[in-house]
Amino acid sequence: MVSYAARRLLGVIPVMLVVGVFVFMLLHLGAGDPAALIAGDFATPAQIAHIHTLLGLDQPLPVQFGRWGWNILHGNLGVSVFSGVSVVKLIGERIWPTLALAVSTIVFSCALSIPLGIFAAWRAGTAIDRSVMALAVAAFSFPVFLVGYAMMIVLGVNWHILPVQGYAPLSAGLWPFLSHLIMPTVTLGFVYLALLARITRASMVEVLSQDYIRTARAKGLKMRTVLTVHALKNAAVPIVTTIGNGIALLIGGAVVTETVFAIPGLGRLTVDAITQHDYPVIQGLILVFGGVYVVVNLLIDLAYTLLDPRIRY
Amino acid sequence: MVAAIEPPAHRRPWRLPRLVGWRSPLRGRGALIGAAAVLIVIAAVSIAAPLITDVSPQELDPISRLLPPAADHWFGTDGLGRDVFARTLYGGRISLLVGFGVAVLTTVFGLLIGAIAGFARLADELIMRVMDGLMAIPGILLAAALMAVSHPGLTTVIVAISVPEVPRMVRLVRSMVLSVRERPFVEAAVLSGTRLPRLLLRHVIPNILAPVVVQATFAFAMAILLESYLSLLGAGIPPGIPSWGNIITDSINTVRTAFWPILFPGLFVAITVLAVNILGDSLRDFLDPRFVRQVRMAGSAP
Repeated sequence: MVSYAARRLLGVIPVMLVVGVFVFMLLHLGAGDPAALIAGDFATPAQIAHIHTLLGLDQPLPVQFGRWGWNILHGNLGVSVFSGVSVVKLIGERIWPTLALAVSTIVFSCALSIPLGIFAAWRAGTAIDRSVMALAVAAFSFPVFLVGYAMMIVLGVNWHILPVQGYAPLSAGLWPFLSHLIMPTVTLGFVYLALLARITRASMVEVLSQDYIRTARAKGLKMRTVLTVHALKNAAVPIVTTIGNGIALLIGGAVVTETVFAIPGLGRLTVDAITQHDYPVIQGLILVFGGVYVVVNLLIDLAYTLLDPRIRY
Repeated sequence: MVAAIEPPAHRRPWRLPRLVGWRSPLRGRGALIGAAAVLIVIAAVSIAAPLITDVSPQELDPISRLLPPAADHWFGTDGLGRDVFARTLYGGRISLLVGFGVAVLTTVFGLLIGAIAGFARLADELIMRVMDGLMAIPGILLAAALMAVSHPGLTTVIVAISVPEVPRMVRLVRSMVLSVRERPFVEAAVLSGTRLPRLLLRHVIPNILAPVVVQATFAFAMAILLESYLSLLGAGIPPGIPSWGNIITDSINTVRTAFWPILFPGLFVAITVLAVNILGDSLRDFLDPRFVRQVRMAGSAP
């Protein structure tokens, strides 16, 4: 187990190195001088020269990469070209709304999709199963913003049940905090829910055809016990894997959802950075998002031994 | 294809799932034909847009701003008085082109890189680590970041969306190549002195084409969604040429008073993506049911 964990941990290094090289090369992939690109169309040569020295663009490429990587390993993601604030500080300020949205979405979609998937698998082949799976395919295909705006117009603008847009921190009170999160959570949860319901059903269907399920039934256990204890436990590994792989989808969806609901989170920061050509911020955000994906999947891989005692490394 | 066999009605609280002979309503021949028909209609009305409406998608009409759907403006007008129906039809040309372009690029590069990884053991490790790294970055962000450093345009959008789609295809192609190259007919070809390019083109690729085509349909669906997301994030196709994405983005500021400029192109996106996904699912069963697992495990695009 320890050697597996060590090997798995080492495996993170090449992945993050690729992410790092990509993020670094981003500035140099574009056509023309990156400093001129950042400065915009109306920059003076002096401003461009200033950005040059600010980003260290006058050094050779390997030196730039080495210096940049060294700074990142020391927790220094650079300074925003637009506001002059350090990228770490910017991300720290904006991370809470995104974290709240991500956690509430995972809780919401797991709470709904896993029972739905179990139910569909239990009733495999019936009309219930077909409608659940048809819904899952449809939810997959609907653009996030369409669901978001539709809900915003009906519940927020017309019926005044929920706040239309924005975000309230937990310090503003529990209900304002939750009420601002409901619509974004459902919007973002749609895709995740579809993904998880599909994999839960597929995994459960496979497990339910095993001999030990028949044995459990034959000894007179309640259907509920068999489904949740015997079947779900054995079907858990693919479901948890999908939750982990879905993190990339969740982050991408969160960026769109935050734009729709004007939530001042990391997604909003990303969009602003893209429109302002604020490269250090874009680079920092991609590194952070990539890191989150890698770490979550690492933890999930390591958690398999807890889920399934048969897995030994 | 075998016709779907209806399972018996269930009254008992418990039964073991039986999957033999069962098909989802969104699969099988009926679904395949239905989804293909929907796509053909959408493609046809987009291509034939000038024949269907004589209104220009860019024509401004300040007097008739934000009109709700009515007889003379089927989908209403937007904040600049442009006809949403005409814009949606013309936008389909660009959005479908993006989907098609991404599907083709993803397939070509996926086959190329995947085949190299599957055959060259030295390159394999390096290629797969690069693919792992690219897959760690959320697709929308990867595409948006690439758009931020390039001149926005149709070609750059197609390339930017293809980059996050290629790793999935590479993984699929590599795993298929690895299994195919152990098969006797490949060994026989190698022993009879077939060179690598011919071996790939004549023996390997034809045998892995079915799951690749299925994966390409998922890339198509994902591309249409990503095109609209990119516009929404301000990194999409410039507003000069209407696409479903930038039609929607143009009307976001007026969404509280007028929902239709977003609803109709949004529905076209949803219906197209749904049809392509259904097409992909049923194509998968139709081409070869054995490949179902392999495509799934390579991480089909949601």
